[in-house]
Amino acid sequence: MAFERKHILGLEELNAEEITLVLDTAESMREVSDRDVKKVPALRGVTVCNLFFEPSTRTRSSFEIAEKRLSADVLNFTTIHSSVVKGETLLDTARNLEAMGASMIVIRHPMSGAPWLLAKELNSSIINAGDGWHEHPSQGLLDLFTIRRLKGRIEGLKVAIVGDILHSRVARSDIWGFTKLGAEVRVVGPPTLIPKYIEHINAKAYYNLEDAIDGADVVIMLRIQKERQDSEFFPSLREYSRFYGLTREKLRGAAKDVTVMHPGPINRGVELSSDIADGAEAVILEQVSNGIAVRMAMFYLVASARRTS
Amino acid sequence: MADKVVLDSDSVNRTISRIVNQILERNNGAADVVIIGIRTRGVHIATRIANEIEKLEGIRPEMGTLDITLYRDDLRQKTEWPKVERTEVPFDLDDKKVILVDDVIFTGRTTRAAIEAIMDFGRPSSIQVVTLIDRGHRELPIQPDYTGLKLNTLSSETVRVHLKEADGKDEVVVVKQ
Repeated sequence: MAFERKHILGLEELNAEEITLVLDTAESMREVSDRDVKKVPALRGVTVCNLFFEPSTRTRSSFEIAEKRLSADVLNFTTIHSSVVKGETLLDTARNLEAMGASMIVIRHPMSGAPWLLAKELNSSIINAGDGWHEHPSQGLLDLFTIRRLKGRIEGLKVAIVGDILHSRVARSDIWGFTKLGAEVRVVGPPTLIPKYIEHINAKAYYNLEDAIDGADVVIMLRIQKERQDSEFFPSLREYSRFYGLTREKLRGAAKDVTVMHPGPINRGVELSSDIADGAEAVILEQVSNGIAVRMAMFYLVASARRTS
Repeated sequence: MADKVVLDSDSVNRTISRIVNQILERNNGAADVVIIGIRTRGVHIATRIANEIEKLEGIRPEMGTLDITLYRDDLRQKTEWPKVERTEVPFDLDDKKVILVDDVIFTGRTTRAAIEAIMDFGRPSSIQVVTLIDRGHRELPIQPDYTGLKLNTLSSETVRVHLKEADGKDEVVVVKQ
């Protein structure tokens, strides 16, 4: 099957076959990172721009390494240094980058939907690196990839996503990805942080952590943004941590070979106790390594689709 | 359209045996020899070569698999990009004699891509190219070191290598379009 999408905007719009193709391609890409010379010439002559309107170290670096391993030319554009502070619109900024020769744009933006606007208006391929509270497809794909490598399958697994579901683009991409490949997805957190619509996208809502991770094969912990602790969503960080922080004891009800994931950066002692973060169940650093292979696969497939269209 | 069988099952096996002997002769045995097959038919031939070397010399050379998709020079022209398959070279190539195996050599572009890929894994002491069929029409200055059968073909013809592992029988056929 050929990949026919010029853009990768979200997992909601990909079907199971397309997701599987990305994961299979990532398997092949993984080996490049184990070589002496960690570079292949596939995207030679292609200019990729990383357009980041939000601070990010991990995701931006991972995209950049993936671009460089495929021999693309990389242009980094972050808002602190850019003319956006001078009042330029998103579309004008992106058009300028395109005029400089970028044919693929990786965008992270605080507004949900921003990547769709660019995809509609520009000729470049757009890859969503996180938009508002909406989607973070590369994180969703690397979570799927990590679990498929470990467990050999996604279908039939019980996956619990824990924490601030309301503001989490990782949660949304994970829900789409895991349910499309046949897993059962549960979300759990304080009622204020579980959106009402979540059952419409086939995730089951829980408010008690032990109930949600009972028999779970995968537990995905989300980061609690400490800056929200003064808001109305929960009374205190300590209380949150007591009810929804993952500890060895609470993990006991999960499947024997449970895997614990976290998109990073971790707040040790808040959502995740240190003995779990550093324990045998956690694959947090594997997620980071796998992220490079998955992003290489995304670029390769999008570039192939550009060629076909 | 007429198919012409240029190698039957017995000749395929004899040809591979002869190539194995030539490899061993030129390299004074199998020390430091590693075999790398180019996907997909090259891998099957590479496995047979490794098996025969093991039978004759008592040591099994290390074996790798190469998918050259990411090194193709025609990606920018190609309308449909091939699926990237796994490359597996789980050993060090420094100072090794790499026997690079493909089923057919034609323009030489696949071999060029494979050589470039091998260089990214390390610095072998030599790379020697094995091909079951050399059908001519080179576009690059690349020649095989070991050739099973040299054929004069027309560009319009297709050479099909069938191997037991993939196709149920050993046979090389020239198909006229």
